[in-house]
Amino acid sequence: MAKPGLDGHDRGARIIARAYRDAGFEVVYSGLHQTPEEIVQAAIQEDVDMIGLSSLAGAHMYLFPRVVELLKEKGADDIVVCGGGIFPEEDIPQLKKTGIKEIFTPGTPLTEVVKWVKENVEPRSS
Amino acid sequence: MSITDKIVAGDIRAVARLIRDIDDMVPEAREVLKDLYPFTGRAYVVGVTGAPGVGKSTLVDQMLTHLRKAEKTVGVLAVDPTSPFSGGAILGDRVRMQRHSMDEGVFIRSMATRGYFGGLTQSTKSAIDVLDAMGKDYILVETVGVGQDEIDIVRSADTTLIVLIPGMGDDIQALKAGILEVGDIFVINKADREGADRTVSDIRLMIEMDQKRYENGWKPPILTAQAVFDKGVKEILDEVEKHATYLRSSTERQSGIKYEKVRSELSEMIKDKIVRDVLSDLIQSGEFEDAVQLVLQRKLDPYTACDNIVSKKPKPGDK
Repeated sequence: MAKPGLDGHDRGARIIARAYRDAGFEVVYSGLHQTPEEIVQAAIQEDVDMIGLSSLAGAHMYLFPRVVELLKEKGADDIVVCGGGIFPEEDIPQLKKTGIKEIFTPGTPLTEVVKWVKENVEPRSS
Repeated sequence: MSITDKIVAGDIRAVARLIRDIDDMVPEAREVLKDLYPFTGRAYVVGVTGAPGVGKSTLVDQMLTHLRKAEKTVGVLAVDPTSPFSGGAILGDRVRMQRHSMDEGVFIRSMATRGYFGGLTQSTKSAIDVLDAMGKDYILVETVGVGQDEIDIVRSADTTLIVLIPGMGDDIQALKAGILEVGDIFVINKADREGADRTVSDIRLMIEMDQKRYENGWKPPILTAQAVFDKGVKEILDEVEKHATYLRSSTERQSGIKYEKVRSELSEMIKDKIVRDVLSDLIQSGEFEDAVQLVLQRKLDPYTACDNIVSKKPKPGDK
């Protein structure tokens, strides 16, 4: 779970992280103010199956696709990228086109978020 | 390029994937570990242990900065507990070290205990070997916040740091057995807090009382620090160096220590493998479930059930 950019509000990310933990996932929380480069590097070192990006401050149109781009550059594009937070509706299709697999907006029940991950992300060892 | 070649060449992705496979107990990972073994034995392993909240991650983060300034490469393994209810985990130690994540000379990896006791994971020793083979000069292992019994780190580390904070009071007395007995260096972190002097003298007293253990040996220094302000960290690393020199100073001592380490590692591995193989056979054949049912229905006591199962197993050397 990572928060790219200047956004300093991480309560949402922490809530999701806890929901994932309660669902049996191992969540590496990489903290606030991460650059896309730092996020990708951490994801590779930790060999994660998925990256969850949280953004409430509006920089998602640059930061999120940049993460996808960097993963491709490093040969790690098997890692699924999702986003969560506050986005204008019209940005969502564009984000998905750049490779973000799913976007979760405020109000999405935690059970749904967890279910999506279970159904759409293959753990490496399977 | 084989996986072994990639790891020895320092390929981050190959290292990360192998550690994952070891953690997930993928059988092929064992073969790679066999290939990698000749490349291990170079890295210096420092264990960082102590109760939750004493500042281990912050300390590791500062140690990284100092070591990198000295142009050493470093691997970090940060262990956090798995939830006993869900089997999941939040691995949050990395947050305090993220400023090093872009440094090619540093490899940071979080690991969840997955039900393993002792303060480490079942895969920590192997992960240390992988980082060693990768060429890291130092490997820092941050254990799960421990109490008294979780001292596995001592078997894997060359130097073990015990980190405490002031005001642990009676807890220190309670911690007498276990980690306090096996620490090589004691660090009182957050030393600006009230009670720091008291904590230092409590530890000193404890060390003095054990005088004969330290005669002709290494007397653990007691240091104070405020890791978050980078105070005392250089001194800690100086003591680590001194300890390393001490360990090297006597070939007899060195080989004695190495002997104990290999002996304990091998015996753990053998125990582990035998149990896993036997248990999986039994579960597959249904014998295990049959035994469980017999004991449940009180038709058999568990001791007899166990003996029956074990005596039926062919021993090594039998046809």
